Amino acid sequence: MDIKIIVKDRNNEKKTVSAPIDMNLNLMEVLKIHNYPIEGTCGGMALCASCHVYVNSENLLPTISDSEQAMLDDNWDSKQNSRLACQIPMSKDVDLLNIEIAPESF
Amino acid sequence: MIKTDIIIIGAGPVGLFTVFEAGLLKLKCHLIDALPIPGGQCAEIYPKKPIYDIPGYPTIQASVLVDKLMEQIKPFSPGFTLGETAETLEKDKDGNFTVTTTQGTVHTAPVVAIAGGLGVFKPRKPPIENLHTLEKKYIHYIVKEPSIFNKKNIVISGGGDSALDWALYFAENYAASVKLIHRSDNFRAHNDSVQKALNYAKEGKIEMILNSEVYSLDEKEDNIFLNVRSKNKETQNIKCDNWLPLFGLSPKIGPIGNWGLEIEKNAIKVNNSTDYSTNVDGIFAIGDVNTYDGKLKLILCGFHEAAIMVQSAFKKIHPEKNNVLKYTTVTGIKGF
Repeated sequence: MDIKIIVKDRNNEKKTVSAPIDMNLNLMEVLKIHNYPIEGTCGGMALCASCHVYVNSENLLPTISDSEQAMLDDNWDSKQNSRLACQIPMSKDVDLLNIEIAPESF
Repeated sequence: MIKTDIIIIGAGPVGLFTVFEAGLLKLKCHLIDALPIPGGQCAEIYPKKPIYDIPGYPTIQASVLVDKLMEQIKPFSPGFTLGETAETLEKDKDGNFTVTTTQGTVHTAPVVAIAGGLGVFKPRKPPIENLHTLEKKYIHYIVKEPSIFNKKNIVISGGGDSALDWALYFAENYAASVKLIHRSDNFRAHNDSVQKALNYAKEGKIEMILNSEVYSLDEKEDNIFLNVRSKNKETQNIKCDNWLPLFGLSPKIGPIGNWGLEIEKNAIKVNNSTDYSTNVDGIFAIGDVNTYDGKLKLILCGFHEAAIMVQSAFKKIHPEKNNVLKYTTVTGIKGF
């Protein structure tokens, strides 16, 4: 079964993309598959902030690890609802997750 | 001018292993890397992470892999130009390449191997409007020469290892005063450094301004003024001689994007059915920097690409010679 993720890109364009939940994918990988300009430089180790997103829905998400928190703390565009997409695994919990891709960090 | 057989752009694991494979064919290599140390991503992004897919090592820490590669290539005496970005590439009428770095170091060779990974690591700059106009005079994103901060009042921003390490260093050396601004009250640096910094803060050697960030800059009479805002919206204005925003480095494809190579999605297109050659004769691209159908960005794939690529490099450098594959179990390692 696929779930739906609602994505707003950096040009404020909104699209709904689907993602399988049985492929061990995380949101960073799903965004890359759908050709969003997400770099995922560190490959998903929460060691860079190149997959920074804002979460605009109330889905149940895994708690933020120390490593993820540290990356968000050092990031200029971080807000209360900031997450690293690589730390959000695809599961039923994130069906209809509503996210916005954060500005590219320079 | 540095003359060699193969100029390798990028001293990450794949660039380093290229030296070994080339060395077996008695080809000399010189590596250029923008980072001041070898290791690429393994050194800059995840030195303490375990890697599980290096054949023969059930697990190996990234920094240890780099150390072992350095040991493995030592017999072949590679040259290094570190802390400099390969900026321009020119090909002369005899087909030799000249690669010049941002600092003006000139290298020449008949073959160039680009093992540039994700690209050049550049400092992450805070998005402040007049940053650009003030950066030359007051702002340092990387500390190259600590002594230039002698008797200076400096402010460091950031919460990672580099911010903490330099705050400690300048609290003990050179600086007249050190302030550390961090957006949170948690640091992601090593526990020892964090503890030491907190002790220094108690002793008055470092002034910590936590849960705060610099949001704008002013300049007055040879001083820079940082406008700082805390999470509960209190503001303050800090006068200093220099500001060091140390928010880590992020990779950008950099100048190799302008070398006439065919680029697709920030990677160099290569011919993977033969030898990872690019559209420019004599230039190869291996490791994470290249792309082809079925490409896997894995260190072990980069190692394979290096071994294949040096065979073609040999033919290009010695067209008159026939190379026969020799096994290290038979010949051992004959350094030079």
